[in-house]
Amino acid sequence: MSAMRGWLRADGRKGIRNHVAVAYLVECAHHVARRIAGEDAHLIGFPGCFPNPYAQRMMARLCTHPNVGAVVLVSLGCESFDRDMLERAIRDSGRPVLVVTIQSDGGTRESIAKGRDWVAAQMAALAKAPTVPVALSDLIVGTVCGGSDGTSGITGNPAAGIAFDKLVAAGAACIFEETGELIGCEGIMADRAATPALADALRAAVDKAARYYATLGYGSFAAGNADGGLSTIEEKSLGAYMKSGQSKIAGLIKPGDIPPRGGLYLMDVVPDGEVRFGFPNISDNAEIVEMMASGAHCTLFVTGRGSVVGSALAPVIKIAANPHMYRRLAEDMDINAGAVLEGGATLEEVGQAIFDKVRAVAAGDETASEAMGHREFILTYKSFEPIGPACLPV
Amino acid sequence: MMTDPRLLLLHPGDSVYVLRDRIAAGEVIAVEGAQVTVPDALGLGHKIARQAIAAGAQIVKYGAPIGRASAPIAAGAHVHLHNLRSDYTPTHGRGGEVA
Repeated sequence: MSAMRGWLRADGRKGIRNHVAVAYLVECAHHVARRIAGEDAHLIGFPGCFPNPYAQRMMARLCTHPNVGAVVLVSLGCESFDRDMLERAIRDSGRPVLVVTIQSDGGTRESIAKGRDWVAAQMAALAKAPTVPVALSDLIVGTVCGGSDGTSGITGNPAAGIAFDKLVAAGAACIFEETGELIGCEGIMADRAATPALADALRAAVDKAARYYATLGYGSFAAGNADGGLSTIEEKSLGAYMKSGQSKIAGLIKPGDIPPRGGLYLMDVVPDGEVRFGFPNISDNAEIVEMMASGAHCTLFVTGRGSVVGSALAPVIKIAANPHMYRRLAEDMDINAGAVLEGGATLEEVGQAIFDKVRAVAAGDETASEAMGHREFILTYKSFEPIGPACLPV
Repeated sequence: MMTDPRLLLLHPGDSVYVLRDRIAAGEVIAVEGAQVTVPDALGLGHKIARQAIAAGAQIVKYGAPIGRASAPIAAGAHVHLHNLRSDYTPTHGRGGEVA
C-alpha cells in the first residue's frame, strides 16, 4: 500500500485531496457556479436567500475544509448571505479566493469566463503544490447509513464499528451521528462516556431527538422493519448504533464543531429550540455535508438497499451490507460486508478491509463514487445553540 | 455444540441468534446441540432463541437489551412481535399486532 500523503494547511490540518471548491451563495447563482466548476472543480452552495447563521458557519467550514485548496464564491449580488465574512474566513485560512458577483461582473457569460480562467490557473498551481506525510492521527472519519435494510445492523454497521475501533486506537477522530436513530441506546451509550457530565449530555441529546421527531410525527419504526425481522425500536436503534464500535465516547459535537483530538465523537444533528425548518436532514447527503463541516476527510456510508451517492470535497467509502444488492451494484460499492452472511468473510475481516480502505483512500486511491463522478451536495436551513462545556471534556 | 451455520451469533452474551439466510417451514435445525423443528418459514434477519427464556426476562442482541419476553420462549423458537415487547414504545406490525 502506498504511503498516505496530503496537503498541509495553515491551521495545521492536512487534506487528503486538493480540490478547488466553487460555492454559490444563493440558488440564483447556481447555474453560473456550475459552469465555472465544470468537470474540474467541486460545486457546493447554499440555495436560500434569507440569512441563517448555521448555513453561514457550515459554508465557512466547508470552504476551509482540509481537502480544499482554493475557493471561488459566486454571488448574485443582492442575496442576504454574508459574502464578505465568508471571503475573510477563507483568506484568513491562507487559501486563494475569488469572488464573482454576477450583478457587477457583467452577467452570466462574463462571470463564467472570469471564474473559469481563475479555476484553470488554480488547478495548475494546486497540481504542483508540495505534499507532506499523513498519519492516521491526522484524520477525521465520519460514518452514516442510508438505504438501510435488515442486513445493515448485522453486517455493514458492526463492521464499520470495528473499523472505527481500529482508527480510534491509531489516533484518528471518528464521528457517528443521527441521535434520532439512537432511541433505546442512550443508556449503554452513556455508559461509554468519558465523564459523567458527558453521559448526561449524550442522554439529553437522544431525549431532544425523541421530542423533535415526535413533533414531526415521525413513525420511527415502520411495519417494513418488522417484516425484516426487527421487533422493537431499541433493536432497530442498536443496529445503527453498531457503527460506533466499542471505544470510549470522547465528546458530543454539533455540525461544524471540529473534534479537538483523536477519539470517538457523537454528532448531535437535531436542531435546538422549537421545530422550525422541518426534517433535521432531508437526505443522506445532508448528513455527509455535516460530517465534512466537522472536518471529516472521508465518510463511511453503510447501505443495505444500495445507495449510489458520493460527495463533493471528501471521498465516501460505500459499504454494502446486503450481499444480493452487492452483486447488482458492485461497481458502486467499495466494500462487500454482505460476505459475512454468506460465509465469505468474518466481521473482523470486513472491519480490517474498511480500515485498509480508509488508508488507501487517504493515500490517493479513488473510491467507487469518486471514480464515477458522484459529487452530491445539499445544505439547507437549521438552527443550533453552541455545545455546553460538558460536551468536550479535556 | 452444533448450531446450524445459518444462525449468526452477534455477541457472546446474546440470547438470540440472527438468521443469515432463510429457513423453510418444517426444517429441523441444530441450536446449540438441540434439534429444533421450525414450524414457519423464517427470513433473513429474523431471530431464534438461543436458550429457553422466561416471561419478563430481558432479551439481549448485540450484547444489549432489545426488550423483554412477553411470554415464555423455548430454545430455538422464533423471537418476534408475538413474544418480545419493547421497553420503550410498542411496536405495531402490519396485521395490527402490538408487541
